[in-house]
Amino acid sequence: MEIPYTVRPRPDTGLANPKLGIWLFIASEVMLFGGLFAGYIFMRLGAEPWMWPHGWLNVPVGTFNTFILIASSVTVILAWESLKMRNFKAYKWWLFATWACGLAFLGVKLGVEWPAKFNHFGAYVKKEAAAKYEAYLGNEDATDEHGKVTEEGYRSRKGYPRLFISGHPKAWKDVTDPKVDKIVLSGVDEENHTPRSAEHDRAHFITRDPVHLHEGHEVVLDKKDLIYGYGPFYPKLNTYLACYFMITGLHGLHVLGGVIVFLFFWGPGAKLYKTNPEQLCNRIEVAGLFWHLVDLIWIFVFPIFYLL
Amino acid sequence: MAHAAEAHTEHGHDDHAHDHHEIGFWRKWVFTTDHKMIGIQYAVTGLAFLFFGFGLMMVMRWSIAHGSDALPGWCGTFLHAIFGDTVFDKAVDPNTKALVGYSLSTTGYNVFGAMHGTIMVFFGIVPVAFAGFANFVMPLQLGAIDMTFPRLNMASFWSFFISCVIMMWSFFVEGSAAKSGWTNYPPLAGVADQSHAVWLNGGTLWLLGMVFNITSSLLGAVNFITTFIQLRAPGMTWGRIPFFCWAQFITAYLLLLAFPPLESAAVMNLFDRVFGSSFFMPTGLVTNAVGTDGNPLLYSGGGSPILWQHLFWFLAHPEVYVLILPGIGMVTEIIACNSRKPIWGYKMMVGALFALAFLSFIVWAHHMYMTGMGPKVSAFFQTTTIIISIPSVILLTALLLSLWGGSLRFNTPMLFASAFLPMFGIGGLTGIPLAFNAVDLYMHDTYYIIAHFHYVVAPGTIFAIFAGVYHWYPKATGRMLSETLGKLHFWGSLIAINCLFMPMFMQGMGGMHRRWWDGGKGNYEATVAPWLHWNEKISTAAWALGLVQLIFVFNFCWSMFRGRKVPNDNPWDATTLEWDTPSPPPHGNFIKPIHVYRGPYEYSVPGADKDFTPQSEPPKDSHPPENKPPHA
Repeated sequence: MEIPYTVRPRPDTGLANPKLGIWLFIASEVMLFGGLFAGYIFMRLGAEPWMWPHGWLNVPVGTFNTFILIASSVTVILAWESLKMRNFKAYKWWLFATWACGLAFLGVKLGVEWPAKFNHFGAYVKKEAAAKYEAYLGNEDATDEHGKVTEEGYRSRKGYPRLFISGHPKAWKDVTDPKVDKIVLSGVDEENHTPRSAEHDRAHFITRDPVHLHEGHEVVLDKKDLIYGYGPFYPKLNTYLACYFMITGLHGLHVLGGVIVFLFFWGPGAKLYKTNPEQLCNRIEVAGLFWHLVDLIWIFVFPIFYLL
Repeated sequence: MAHAAEAHTEHGHDDHAHDHHEIGFWRKWVFTTDHKMIGIQYAVTGLAFLFFGFGLMMVMRWSIAHGSDALPGWCGTFLHAIFGDTVFDKAVDPNTKALVGYSLSTTGYNVFGAMHGTIMVFFGIVPVAFAGFANFVMPLQLGAIDMTFPRLNMASFWSFFISCVIMMWSFFVEGSAAKSGWTNYPPLAGVADQSHAVWLNGGTLWLLGMVFNITSSLLGAVNFITTFIQLRAPGMTWGRIPFFCWAQFITAYLLLLAFPPLESAAVMNLFDRVFGSSFFMPTGLVTNAVGTDGNPLLYSGGGSPILWQHLFWFLAHPEVYVLILPGIGMVTEIIACNSRKPIWGYKMMVGALFALAFLSFIVWAHHMYMTGMGPKVSAFFQTTTIIISIPSVILLTALLLSLWGGSLRFNTPMLFASAFLPMFGIGGLTGIPLAFNAVDLYMHDTYYIIAHFHYVVAPGTIFAIFAGVYHWYPKATGRMLSETLGKLHFWGSLIAINCLFMPMFMQGMGGMHRRWWDGGKGNYEATVAPWLHWNEKISTAAWALGLVQLIFVFNFCWSMFRGRKVPNDNPWDATTLEWDTPSPPPHGNFIKPIHVYRGPYEYSVPGADKDFTPQSEPPKDSHPPENKPPHA
């Protein structure tokens, strides 16, 4: 029993089954990511200005990942084209390039970008306690010559708990253990310390080099001064990170799915070339359509998280 | 288009489609790729869930009628043994302090309420009416040998099966299953159950189960749409497709496009529950829930509970049409066949389906009038909601007019199908007042709502499902269901279900709130006193309805082995292609080349030999088509 139109298109509809199927699947995926992006928009519009950070992601690394994903979209077309021209050797090379790019993307994501978030400590300081920490940070604009927060300096924060402190805790155990009520930071990221500038009016990385405080000048954070959610840059730190991990995570799963499919057609699945090259060609086309969707989603993900 | 479809030669079926090759037990009955067996798997699983969901409701009705009195006889002991202490409280004699039995606890009432809704909608009706019937009937009606992607079809069923296992498992974890309603509204749904030591608790398992369920319907939807477009037999042009297939086709589109936003919402809610994010947790939320570490639950905030409602209802309003359209499709087939008359307004009905499908995506916020969305947005959704009643009325009117002047044959399927019309009518018309937000502010969360949507879904869709089971059972098993038992089942159900839901309209208009576990006796007696006595009567009707269903269960099982054998392959003298196959159809379906020559409802055509002309019957005055055998 053979299902008709698995390879050649049905004359009156002009479509082969798999192609119609993948387009429907893509439509559904668009709705799925549409829902996620709708979530992002809701979160961003609803966030207090100081809660929506900027510059937390490494733009050069993200650009590199964007580049290799776009490159893999090109190579998958070249693989398909080689197959159409019955050039099996070229097909193998181009498909190899495709899944290698996919793996590289995942490698950067899981090996560089995500771990960087997990090794970092971040906390929002409560409004009433913010003044306590300005002095620690050597914030000249907010403090007077004795290191005390001035009236003017404090007012410039407009009463919001805009102060965000991030850095390297001396011991992670202090962060996670609910019985310990103080966290000692030995290095602090230099960031939104200057309250004057509206541009930097939110948690914002200026530089990625942590400021190593002089010995004996550690910042001691009292847990009760912090807004809940302090800790590594996990989804619970704020809704920006929640959106970031959810969307890039689901996108990463799609990349992984694509890589597995390409690995199959590069390895055991390629045997189909001997019996039915046209069908293999169709399969690469369909997988390629999915891969383009994955690429397209990233084209949206990159600006909304890295640049905007 | 007709010529194009008839002219092409590359055609479906192999010559050896009817070759019998032996398939092992597992491949034939369990991990099958045959659309008919998958349809039966879906339908049987779904029917089992319908009865289970109904059972949950019967226990809740005891609680509503009798509060915390002990459940009668062994019921309480039995249910307590299964569901445990969270769900069932000990009922103690106030004087002697002796244990007299068990009653549903208030938490148990929430659990059963949430799971009743979830199970009935996502694990009962959709699997039976959509996945079950469409899988079994649609390829047959289209003249296809199977679905386009048989293995995907199997994956769809097993994904559904995993979701069933997860949902059932959730009853037995600490704290029992989800308890925030079938709509799972946060922030309650974000914090419920979080105090339990297991992180896979009721609420989290509900979300995981839904993710698998949604995956299953996504795979199914892709399969149905491609089958509908690609695997029509030669001659089966768009205008000759039976209405049932059109209805399932549109339903598949709704599932394809409406479910993914709920999946994204479920993922966000999982993040909230498992990783402590704040998608649906507003700033400053204070609850008395405690987390796994014993500390109060706190969230970074910044989230929006309304976001969940939007994403949920963006699915769940199209879902309403997912529930009803397959039912209308089945009823249409059965009414055409048993009134021996073509459907009135076939094209208009198909057009109405398209209109319904489109409009169903822009009415969702009429479920959210209470969120304070403001008059402008309300006005938009009121307008679209009223507009969507037009195609619904077209469908109902066309079906009603189809009866006019027919020679009606009141067998059991027809009884259920004809009862569907007024029942669906009541459900639909009582919905119109709710479309207006001024009325909705008063009616919201009362028994009026319960009665309204149950009239659409219970005596509506479920009657259609029964009609479909009685109609297609002979095709699936080769035996007829007992007509006598069927009629008993029908009249019992019709009477009981109206006694069950009709008084709820009155209760609702009287101000009876839908979520009172004791039916309002405890705290609100003064408010709703005139309506309280109905609680017990409604509950009695519910249990009577349950008893009547036992007739169906018996009939269903008994007829499978002892029922009258079908007199021929077309016992109802129907016209559509599924009756051109043996009963039950073999692997590959058709044992002769199939070609379609006419529309789906050629009943009582003047001048014809008999009062039905099957779609596959060639015209008398022309030769068989010149082209090669269509299955070459």
